[in-house]
Amino acid sequence: MAKQLHPTPMLDQLESGPWPSFVTGLKRLAKDKDYVVDLLGHLEHSYETRKGYWKGGTVGVFGYGGGVIPRFTEIKDEKTGQPVFKDAAEFHTLRIMPPPGMHYDTATLRKFCDIWEKYGSGLIALHGQSGDIMFQGCTTENVQPAWDEINEMGFDMGGAGPAVRTAMSCVGAARCEQSCYDEALAHQKIINNFLDDIHRPALPYKFKFKFSGCGNDCMNAIQRADMAVIGTWRDNMKTDDELGKKWFAKHGMNELINDVVNMCPTRALQVKDTKDVRKDAHISAVAINDTQSLEIDNKDCVRCMHCINVMTGALGPGKDKGATILVGGHGHLKIGATLGTVVVPFMDLKTEEDYDKLVELAQNIVDFFAENALEHERTGEMIERIGLVNFLEGIGLDPDANMVNCPRSNPYVRTDGWDEEVARINAKKKAAA
Amino acid sequence: MAQPQMRKPVEYFLDNKKFLHPKLAANYGNWKYHDRPRPGVLHHVSNTGDEVWTVRAGTQRQMDVHTIRLLCDIADQYAEGRVRFTIRSNIEYIVSDEAKVGPLIEALEKNGFPVGGTGNSVSMVAHTQGWLHCDIPGTDASGVVKSMMDALFEDFKKEEMPNRVRLSTSCCEINCGGQADIAVIIQHTKPPKINHDLVANVCERPAVVARCPVAAIRPALVNGKPSLEVDEKKCVCCGACYPPCPPMQINDPEHSKLAIWVGGKNSNARSKPSFHKLVAAGLPNNPPRWPEVNAIVKKILDTYKADARPWERMADWIERIGWPRFFEKTGLPFTKYMIDDWRGSRYNLNASNHVRF
Repeated sequence: MAKQLHPTPMLDQLESGPWPSFVTGLKRLAKDKDYVVDLLGHLEHSYETRKGYWKGGTVGVFGYGGGVIPRFTEIKDEKTGQPVFKDAAEFHTLRIMPPPGMHYDTATLRKFCDIWEKYGSGLIALHGQSGDIMFQGCTTENVQPAWDEINEMGFDMGGAGPAVRTAMSCVGAARCEQSCYDEALAHQKIINNFLDDIHRPALPYKFKFKFSGCGNDCMNAIQRADMAVIGTWRDNMKTDDELGKKWFAKHGMNELINDVVNMCPTRALQVKDTKDVRKDAHISAVAINDTQSLEIDNKDCVRCMHCINVMTGALGPGKDKGATILVGGHGHLKIGATLGTVVVPFMDLKTEEDYDKLVELAQNIVDFFAENALEHERTGEMIERIGLVNFLEGIGLDPDANMVNCPRSNPYVRTDGWDEEVARINAKKKAAA
Repeated sequence: MAQPQMRKPVEYFLDNKKFLHPKLAANYGNWKYHDRPRPGVLHHVSNTGDEVWTVRAGTQRQMDVHTIRLLCDIADQYAEGRVRFTIRSNIEYIVSDEAKVGPLIEALEKNGFPVGGTGNSVSMVAHTQGWLHCDIPGTDASGVVKSMMDALFEDFKKEEMPNRVRLSTSCCEINCGGQADIAVIIQHTKPPKINHDLVANVCERPAVVARCPVAAIRPALVNGKPSLEVDEKKCVCCGACYPPCPPMQINDPEHSKLAIWVGGKNSNARSKPSFHKLVAAGLPNNPPRWPEVNAIVKKILDTYKADARPWERMADWIERIGWPRFFEKTGLPFTKYMIDDWRGSRYNLNASNHVRF
């Protein structure tokens, strides 16, 4: 039987309303845990005073330099200097890496619950914005035994501090017809390559990988990852006449024109009589009825996913699949938020060797970042400071027109290396041909 | 006495195959299409003819073990013991028998987990830790989100928006909650208050000076002790100095205000990904229900719902109607604070005769 609850008139108000309440969950835990009784008191104090009262520190586990987020209370008795909510004076979090796609079986989740009931507060966030399973609320003393049991289950700790961070991948090939590569495999290969950089922080700042299977970017990689792997394809969109007709029968011409054709960002779509559909190799078409088709000029298509999202199954990603790699997305201070920039327009991701090349590219990028970024500088900020060209040269990638929205518009550039560069590019083209 | 032997961690990152629902494992990379039979339910069809139904439900993200065990009981009974979580902390149950979809939904809703969050709904809010666990929070996150989702409950359960709506909440300007169609973020409005007695003992002063994006922080001697000073005219109140130097307190119960941003979108569909933009600020940090924030979020959503065309995300809608009309239609005032003056800001200014009346 736990001690009596502190009065929490403000938090109590978050128990009303239809959405599931974290306060109700905390109160249920407080029935058997003094720890959570004091946590509720601590949180109510924040609500009353509108201030946060946790400070960081250094708590870790044997063998690792990061992954535990330490929190110590700052609510102290003025006279004695002792914590007011002494049972919750320490409230550390363990970051644990989820399986790719965040799939679980219930036996695993139940085991997590047992461990956290035994050693921690009993509060688990599925998931934090870092992607980790957040085992929230633990004393310094209990961090190591809790971690040992979680690790013995087959789970490893995620990143924190200036390290490679826990990665995220979308549901992907497991349940999505729009998946353009094996997201889980890419995720797994890259993370296994960087375990040392996750567990022993030694980079200028954090470095994040995120994996999305298509341009819908369900993992928010372009905005949030230092290296974003976004699935795409190079050949023609796949089409299915039967599903095309089915879609049209249900939705009609107005929706086809307004919601599909007119919303194509590159005007790659046209409605045509089937007999007039062009016969070029880069043209594909899907029938919408017995006489008309939707014609797609795949040379104009930028694989944005809109028409595929609308007419799922009737249209689909092509067969020549891989990924676009973007670098430097982040939401941090200093230069403000930046989106990732294309550095590899297309990378094959079909064979085991292709995936190894992805890992190799990632390693090159992280190595360059480790050597060239300033302290507390993200990849995007580094690229802003040194320029994309220096970055590309540093990691050995050739420039490509897909990397820019448009060529430079300001004239202040020194071009005395022009002839050599043209010769180099032409020689390379010739060698590749 | 010999030290007890410490257990060395086993370092690996696991394969997810053993966690996949058997039908997902069997049809890995072989799905043909999907549709949505009703809000909260996805129906995927494989090239082999296999079908699965996914039922999505909202959770409170920070869950107690009893809640997780309850969710597991439901999975064991209806969904072959497998679940997955989405990036917005919704839980998904994968079911290979359509007949189980109805009873599963009933079991979830009976236990207080709303079914929805698919298609053109307002999904659960991606959010940060706030007062519960963060060391630099200007506000709470779980509480703001609970209040917001109570107000948007029906919009989670229905698919009545023009396109999907993604929300986020962040407890400081670092914005760990991320970009969204509508983002609620606290904004510091006053420079840090410095506790000069502590700076020399706690802070690595050159690191703090280097952290400031506008070079407003300088080393100084205060009362004979090494400390730091802030040029308050230069300071943009970003809070970057606070994490490496807690004696530079940036949070302020009264002057840290909430701001609302719109039009962020991570998808490449139609337009390129975009960041959200500031449309309201100065809202009081008013626990436990933050009614002022909720009222504006609701107003923006109602306007979007009424005015946007099918498939237009918030950003697409605003792109079509233009920012002047966005402010007109939502009734929000356009102030000088919305004119960007940060690096690269001139790209955000209107260099044309394109004007809306």
